[in-house]
Amino acid sequence: MLKYIARRVLQVIPVFIGVTLVLFLLQAVVPGDPVKMITGERAMSPALRLQIMKANNLDKPLPVQYVIYVNKLLHGDLGTSYQRGRAVRDMLGEKYPYTVRLAFAAIIIEIIVGIAAGIISAVKQYSFLDVLVTLSTSVLVSVPVFWLGMLLQVFFGIVLKQWTGGQMYMPISGAGGLSSDFPDWVYLVLPAITLASVSTAYAARIMRSQLLEIMGADYIRTARAKGLTSQGVIWKHALKNALIPVVTFIGLDLGAMLSGAILTETVFNYPGIGLEIYLAIGRRDWPVVMGGVVLVVVVVMVINLIVDVSYAFLDPRIRYGGAAE
Amino acid sequence: MPDHDHIPHEARDRQETLDAIRETGQPYPPSEEFELHAADSRTLWGDALRRMLKNKLAVAAIVWLAIMVLLAVTADLWVPQTFGSPTKIDTATIVKQRLIPPSAAHPFGTDDLGRDIFARVVYGARISLAVGILATAISIVIGLMLGALSGYYGGLIDSAIMRLADVFFAFPYILFVVALIAVLGKGFINVFIAIGILGWASIARVFRSSILSVKENDYVDAARALGASDVRIMARHIMPNAVAPIIVYSTMSIGGAILTEAALSFLGMGVQPPTPAWGLMLNDAQNFMETAPWMMIWPGLAILTTVLAFVLLGDGLRDALDVKMKD
Repeated sequence: MLKYIARRVLQVIPVFIGVTLVLFLLQAVVPGDPVKMITGERAMSPALRLQIMKANNLDKPLPVQYVIYVNKLLHGDLGTSYQRGRAVRDMLGEKYPYTVRLAFAAIIIEIIVGIAAGIISAVKQYSFLDVLVTLSTSVLVSVPVFWLGMLLQVFFGIVLKQWTGGQMYMPISGAGGLSSDFPDWVYLVLPAITLASVSTAYAARIMRSQLLEIMGADYIRTARAKGLTSQGVIWKHALKNALIPVVTFIGLDLGAMLSGAILTETVFNYPGIGLEIYLAIGRRDWPVVMGGVVLVVVVVMVINLIVDVSYAFLDPRIRYGGAAE
Repeated sequence: MPDHDHIPHEARDRQETLDAIRETGQPYPPSEEFELHAADSRTLWGDALRRMLKNKLAVAAIVWLAIMVLLAVTADLWVPQTFGSPTKIDTATIVKQRLIPPSAAHPFGTDDLGRDIFARVVYGARISLAVGILATAISIVIGLMLGALSGYYGGLIDSAIMRLADVFFAFPYILFVVALIAVLGKGFINVFIAIGILGWASIARVFRSSILSVKENDYVDAARALGASDVRIMARHIMPNAVAPIIVYSTMSIGGAILTEAALSFLGMGVQPPTPAWGLMLNDAQNFMETAPWMMIWPGLAILTTVLAFVLLGDGLRDALDVKMKD
């Protein structure tokens, strides 16, 4: 077990180097003069220009710049925004709690709706409900999330308001605050549904196919032969094993959601890290983009690591299976 | 479950080997040998086709995609003549035809610049289908090459390529595409290049694992013992048996590429106005959700149905070709 964990942790290192290298190369080849991005379009003396380049290490060769960059990263320094002049770490730190809140709200929806729909669908195979679940998961995977967000906005923000004469509606933009008419959590509802939609469909599909596969297994037949009721078989024997892959999927998905939902956050103008990175790309504020993506990638890697290791705890086949690819 | 992939090829290879040694002394018999087997009525692909046609959803998907392709290809012949240009912007049209709800003359209504939405949806299909297919083609070419190297040679090459794949998987997908577009610049060509470049890793993994499962077979050893080159073994013995998962996977990833293109255009980083693209139309529609909801309904439905068709077609192919995939 320790050996497995050690090997899995070591795998993170080359990925981290690769990710930072790719990002670094991307910002090195991006068109545009970094000095101009820092100072704006104004004339300056060559001496001043050189001074700005020196202050940002832009006068050194690329490999040296990369080493300096990684060294700073490892010390928790994500650099300074070109345009805002603020530490990237502080800028991202302000936005990240919003993303975390949204991700957990979405995961709760995913767990409840996804697992329930999958179980119903598998237990009542070929029933009307099963067909409904199967079809709606296919549809949900194919819906563009931003369009789903817009539909929710129209229905809960506009149509519902008209129907109820302005009595009942939901906020469709922002994240609340002091001047808002609603408690802050209400602002999470529609974005969370939007963000959860696709993953909920996948969770339901995996739950269904796992449960169906396990209900055909020998030990389930034995349990039935032993005289257990259908209910007992499902809850005691089948579900426990069928849940492992679903929980793994949801764990990995939490990582993905914590990486900022650029589309959901844009549609709902929700001030999370995805929107922040997107806006930074638009104004070519590369330190913010790189800092944001590195932060997000590290979060995803750590969560994937935790999921993999706990999977190995739950399922001995993984840890004794030799090359766990 | 009988493995449809392996039996005919394996049998054929044994036959090949024996014939070659007995009759000609050459490693391979004349190629006419293959014609005999191709004439068999129950082939892998024949079976697959038969199963496919029994699947109502898959057939519906094929019909829908055929309609979309037909509309997109013939658009120049009838759409502008009947509904007006999908791109032209002039003051007269804006004043006269702005935001007309769906009607006989404009079945899907018009947008804020007086352009017919049906015409724009039809022309948008060109962009979406083109990006979906071209991007997937790029992913397949890169993915097949790297996956083949990785699966066939193993060892250091394998580790290097798979670690590179890990790096690509570590990035949050949409963010990575957006960042790549920021470097490459906006526009149609860069969109499908960016989506294509980022898609290779999954294809490489799928192909690598199917190569791994095929290459240990006796007939591959036999071919190697007879002195067949690596390229020949890949092309003749491994590819035909490893290709089914790739077909299924690519079909589904066309849908994914269409969604990504729509997302990029929606974010303003993809196809640029006035070119009609579905994501771009939805971006415009955001400002008129209250006054002109039809502006957002039709492009959204177009994306949904097209992607859904590729997903259902992929499901159908998976069942018909009996490909095992993680759900």
